[in-house]
Amino acid sequence: MYYDPFVLPFTIGLTALLLFLAVKYIRWIRTFRKSERRKIRKGMFSLKTFRAAGEVFSECLLHRKIYRTNPFLGYMHTCFGLGWFLLIVAGKTESMVYHTSAFNPPYFAIFFRFFHPAKETFPYSETFAFITDLLLLFILSGLFLALAKRFWSRIVGMRKTTKHRPLDLLILTSLWLIFPLRFLAESFTSGLRGGGSFLTNNAGEFFAEFLPLDHLTYPAWWAYSGMLGLFFVLLPFSRYMHIPTEIVYIFLKNWGIRQGTKFNAFSKIQMYACSRCGICIDSCQLNSSLQMDVQPVYFLKKIRHGKEYESLIENCLMCGRCEASCPVGLTHNALRLSKRPDLSRITKNTYSYAKNAAMPAPAKVAYFAGCMGQLTPTVTRSMERILEQAGVSCTYIDKEGGVCCGRPMLLAGNREEAAVMAEKNRAILKASGAEVLVTSCPICLKMFREEYGLQIRIVHHTEYIDELMREGKLKTVPGEQRTVFHNPCELGRGCGVYKAPENILKHVSRKIDTDFDGKKSLCCGGSLANTSIDGRQRNRIAGDAAKAYAAYQPDVLVTACPLCKKTFATASAVPVKDIAEVVAECCRP
Amino acid sequence: MNIVIIGGGPAGSEAAYRLAGEGYTVDLVEKENSIGGNLNNWHQLFPDRKSAAGLVKELQQRLNHPGITLHIDAEAREIAESAPGKFAVKLSNKTVLHGSAVLLATGYKVFDAKRKEEYGYGIYKRVITSAELENLFTNRALATLYGEAPKRIGFIHCVGSRDEKICNYHCSKLCCVTAVKQAIEVREMLPEVEIFCFYMDMRMFGPGYEEMYREAQERYDIKFIRGRLSEAAENIHGQVVVKVEDTLVGKPLRMTLDLMVLMVGMEAADGSGKLAGSVQVPLYPNGFIRPADPHTGTNLTARPGIFTAGSCTSPMNLTDTLTDARSAAWQIKKWLTGSDKHA
Repeated sequence: MYYDPFVLPFTIGLTALLLFLAVKYIRWIRTFRKSERRKIRKGMFSLKTFRAAGEVFSECLLHRKIYRTNPFLGYMHTCFGLGWFLLIVAGKTESMVYHTSAFNPPYFAIFFRFFHPAKETFPYSETFAFITDLLLLFILSGLFLALAKRFWSRIVGMRKTTKHRPLDLLILTSLWLIFPLRFLAESFTSGLRGGGSFLTNNAGEFFAEFLPLDHLTYPAWWAYSGMLGLFFVLLPFSRYMHIPTEIVYIFLKNWGIRQGTKFNAFSKIQMYACSRCGICIDSCQLNSSLQMDVQPVYFLKKIRHGKEYESLIENCLMCGRCEASCPVGLTHNALRLSKRPDLSRITKNTYSYAKNAAMPAPAKVAYFAGCMGQLTPTVTRSMERILEQAGVSCTYIDKEGGVCCGRPMLLAGNREEAAVMAEKNRAILKASGAEVLVTSCPICLKMFREEYGLQIRIVHHTEYIDELMREGKLKTVPGEQRTVFHNPCELGRGCGVYKAPENILKHVSRKIDTDFDGKKSLCCGGSLANTSIDGRQRNRIAGDAAKAYAAYQPDVLVTACPLCKKTFATASAVPVKDIAEVVAECCRP
Repeated sequence: MNIVIIGGGPAGSEAAYRLAGEGYTVDLVEKENSIGGNLNNWHQLFPDRKSAAGLVKELQQRLNHPGITLHIDAEAREIAESAPGKFAVKLSNKTVLHGSAVLLATGYKVFDAKRKEEYGYGIYKRVITSAELENLFTNRALATLYGEAPKRIGFIHCVGSRDEKICNYHCSKLCCVTAVKQAIEVREMLPEVEIFCFYMDMRMFGPGYEEMYREAQERYDIKFIRGRLSEAAENIHGQVVVKVEDTLVGKPLRMTLDLMVLMVGMEAADGSGKLAGSVQVPLYPNGFIRPADPHTGTNLTARPGIFTAGSCTSPMNLTDTLTDARSAAWQIKKWLTGSDKHA
């Protein structure tokens, strides 16, 4: 039997950690609703599990998404994730080949070089030694980058990194020390009695020349085991809870569990799955324009450690840029929203004094300008012109006064109020008999699509115009204006509409591609979701965004949201137009 | 000793005249081709209905002083302190003026009503600004503006003032009384027209203003409705349909107007920030120039030798602008005679 007392810290630490995790996860999942538990049972024995496993490999080990932020940052995470995993796998395989039995204690593989008499060879022993040395070098190179990142984060493409708690810095140190200690323990052993490969063997010979290795080797193994044990014991209290929890999150997500309207056990799993990598910080314009520390990393950190987080609940634009950049794929908007309390005051009776809105004339296509659409007559007029030109018979359901779609209330947390609005609008829509609902406002679009449960087609005006142009119903002439497109948060990241505006602008203008196309588009700062910042702060965000777009020297900054248009109007030196205006200018009969 | 004054509006002209009277030589810089500034766009002045053109003429005549050199069509680009207490002002026409003191009298600019798109300015035909209405008065064109005289006119107060959405938190002070004055003028021209003013608060701060407001209601039958315009639309006849909440009654209100006048507010002139920035003179968040002290240091700035006069520091009526210009002249004299260096 292979055993030495130095393996105890590692073994005890690992056992304690696994017990703790098992209890924690089971307790969380037991609080899930019945329907969700059923989803888990069903999902477990389906292809979804394989998909989840694939995602675990690419995100938890390879860290694929981080490469999008910066290749060096991605490499650093691959070193730790994939490197450590492969080191364990290679070690375990090696131990099994040597021992010819699958059942050896877990510490045996970890401390193989200690137990294995170096002179004794076994099949592929040199190959194994080479692979484990290579993997150790791989991890150490990542460690070097991690150290460099502490001092100069720009080297891995990060302007600002997370401010960590002292305990997290302690466990960070213990994690970092694991690999150099393994390197030392293996090198010392090799220096004393041979074995190892290009890395540990050469290092061992080097150390043997001036160090009393017979006195240092055994303590080095103690230190290595102790550091592993310390890391395992501290892990549940630190941000490294993300390592096991992210795996659980990925499986649950693939089995169909979603963040609901309440902050529940699944929210906690998301919260613990946050690695505090800090990638969200640079993506957040409240940081880049206003230097505010309100990003998901801080929001979740404060909730988890019982700090004051209430002031952060409202201070979020819900633009979704953090979600788009989050390597763990957490649903930050839904998480933030789940903490906003429902303080609804409006009921069905609130507007009883107002006469019922006039029911619209029936037509197949209904156009809903929305509140912000009513405040931007240029947009609604352009739409009227376009629809007329294309020969679409359309009913303008909120032209003579309408009801808000309810999204502002929903974003404030007041779901009941939003439901009152939705009920009114559903009745109006039903009366119109429309089969297609067109809106110019992406905020309304998201609301109609996600909260109304309508059985008709709901499209944004960009999608509808694109369709009319493709079908040849709307004829346009190519425009000469150089345009840059600002994709509104609720349209792009919110509803996944990217292609339609792109197609349109390429037809009616000379569209300039920017770094902010697609998922990376900026927020104008006008967001309804943030009730915490004031007009001047909004204006600063808008000004910075406008400047970023202006750097491409467009003739016009084009957007597809009346709120974005209004927000930019005060902040942009470049003229701002809605995409409908640009199309209307290029219409021909 | 020479003084450079930037801005040939009422403040700059008045200060130039006063300083020349004290024996100084003055360079007066004006970016337009004549002096008078925004005053040139006005018809009559409140509260006494004096002719604006008359006042411009008066200011102009006073500039015929041997000590005053007028530089028109010239925009000041940058101020630099070439030696302690010596300033060089670069102009757009490449001239460099030298002075022992610089007076900023850069004034204000009228709010661009297109930024409040929901009011339809530049989109609906029958929406004009208060400045354009003055022009209609001057040209006597109101009665025939759209072929026939308007039957119902609405004045919208606080356009571009006290509006968080466009980041103008400040009150422009004069639009209230201007609306009252303009409403009375309209009534005199068109006795049959219905006139409504939509206001948030009526700020009648000057002598005779409150009396004018009372007269407007009692003698001129002008109706004042407390409520902010939420949105405006155009109907098929080209009229403007407005939605307002009458906050005194607590009910929403819809009204069709033949003409809608936007009482545009005052914003800091573009030149103020540029010039103040070139000599590190701080601004208020709204862009107006910050005085050294709001009580005891008006006309002075954080930079000794750089002075201010008129509405470049805050919205100001003509009475206060001219008073401020005289006060600035006195402060400059005090500085140049050395009795108050580094005040």
